[in-house]
This record gives sequence, structure tokens and C-alpha cells, in this order.
Amino acid sequence: MTLSDVAIYVVLPMLAVAVLLTFVRLMRGPTLPDRAAALDLMSALGIGFVATYAIATDQPSLLDTAVVLALVSFLGTVGFALYVERRV
Amino acid sequence: MRDEISAALMIVGAVFALIASIGMLRMPDLFLRMSSSTKASTLGVGTILVSAAVYFGELGVISRTMATLAFVLLTVPVAAHVLGRAGYRVGVELSDRTVRDDLRDRYGPQIDREDIEVDAEFEGM
Repeated sequence: MTLSDVAIYVVLPMLAVAVLLTFVRLMRGPTLPDRAAALDLMSALGIGFVATYAIATDQPSLLDTAVVLALVSFLGTVGFALYVERRV
Repeated sequence: MRDEISAALMIVGAVFALIASIGMLRMPDLFLRMSSSTKASTLGVGTILVSAAVYFGELGVISRTMATLAFVLLTVPVAAHVLGRAGYRVGVELSDRTVRDDLRDRYGPQIDREDIEVDAEFEGM
């Protein structure tokens, strides 16, 4: 079992299940802050996805996407929080 | 040898990410959900990034992954704090098993915590 097999058959399915569970909270979650927290977790999981896929396909240039995703998810969460607070 | 270390780190990171999402699904209120999800997801993502650094082992990749890791470690707690503060101010319900709420006296007068208008307003979104 090579490393790319481990990434494709073990790690990526676990991350996919994690995204599904988070998506259930995103759909259900009673208030808007719950949904924003779920989206934040989903984008963090996306960073993990990108890094794992970079290992699986042996292409380190994919890691640039992880940097951009980290930047955008922080801005998105802070923007959501300010929006929630401003509405009251 | 490097592949084994990388695989082990990657699996550990995926397990932590899974734990974070289970906590996000099962915890009773917003603050506990954020507590479990931010801590475990930071650790999970960080471990996966370290695994990528170990696997590629080049200077450019290591510096990029370490920069991402430092950025994640800096921003995830800040984002969680801002979001938790906004949630408390809006009047998100605490779990009914909460034993202690030190902020009630400080933020209390500004918002009416009995007022469920906020919840009703956000319910349909």
C-alpha cells in the first residue's frame, strides 16, 4: 500500500464523512451563528482536502490553494460575525 | 521511512478532523460546538499540513506549509472568538445543562435575553 493509496482510500473518505456531518449541522443548525461556525469548519476541512490531494497526486503546487483557502475562510467568518452583530 | 511518518500524520489528522465534525454535530449549543470544532480542526489541519511538509521535503513546500500552519494557528482562535461574541450578543440559547454564565451581568442590560424575536428571525435563514 503506497502513500497515495493511503491518502485516497483512507484519509479522503474520512474527510468526506467529516464534511457530510458538518453539512448536516449547516442545514439543521438552529441559529445563524451555528451555520457560520459550520461553514468555518467546512473550509478548514477543505484545507485538509487540498493538502491530502497534493500528497496523493504528488503535486506540491496544489498547496498554494490551501494558503488562499485559509485566508478567505478567515475573512468570511469575521464578515459573518460582524453581520450577525450588526443586525441586532 | 518518510512515507510511513507522513501516512501516520495524515491519518491522525483525518481522525481529528472527523472528531471535530462529530463534535459540531452532537454538542448541545453554539459555544460547545465551536469549542470542539475549532480545537480539533486546528490540530487536524495542522497535522495534515505537517504530513505534506514531511512527504515533499523541499524547502519551498516546507516554507509554504509552515506559513499556512502559522496563519491557521493565528486566525482560527480569533475567528472563533469574534463569532462567539457575536452569538452571545445576539442571544443564542445556552445549553440547559449550563451551570454558570459569568457574562450575563455584563452584557445582560443591553439585550433582552427573554426576547426570542432574534431566534425567530434567524430561524428561517
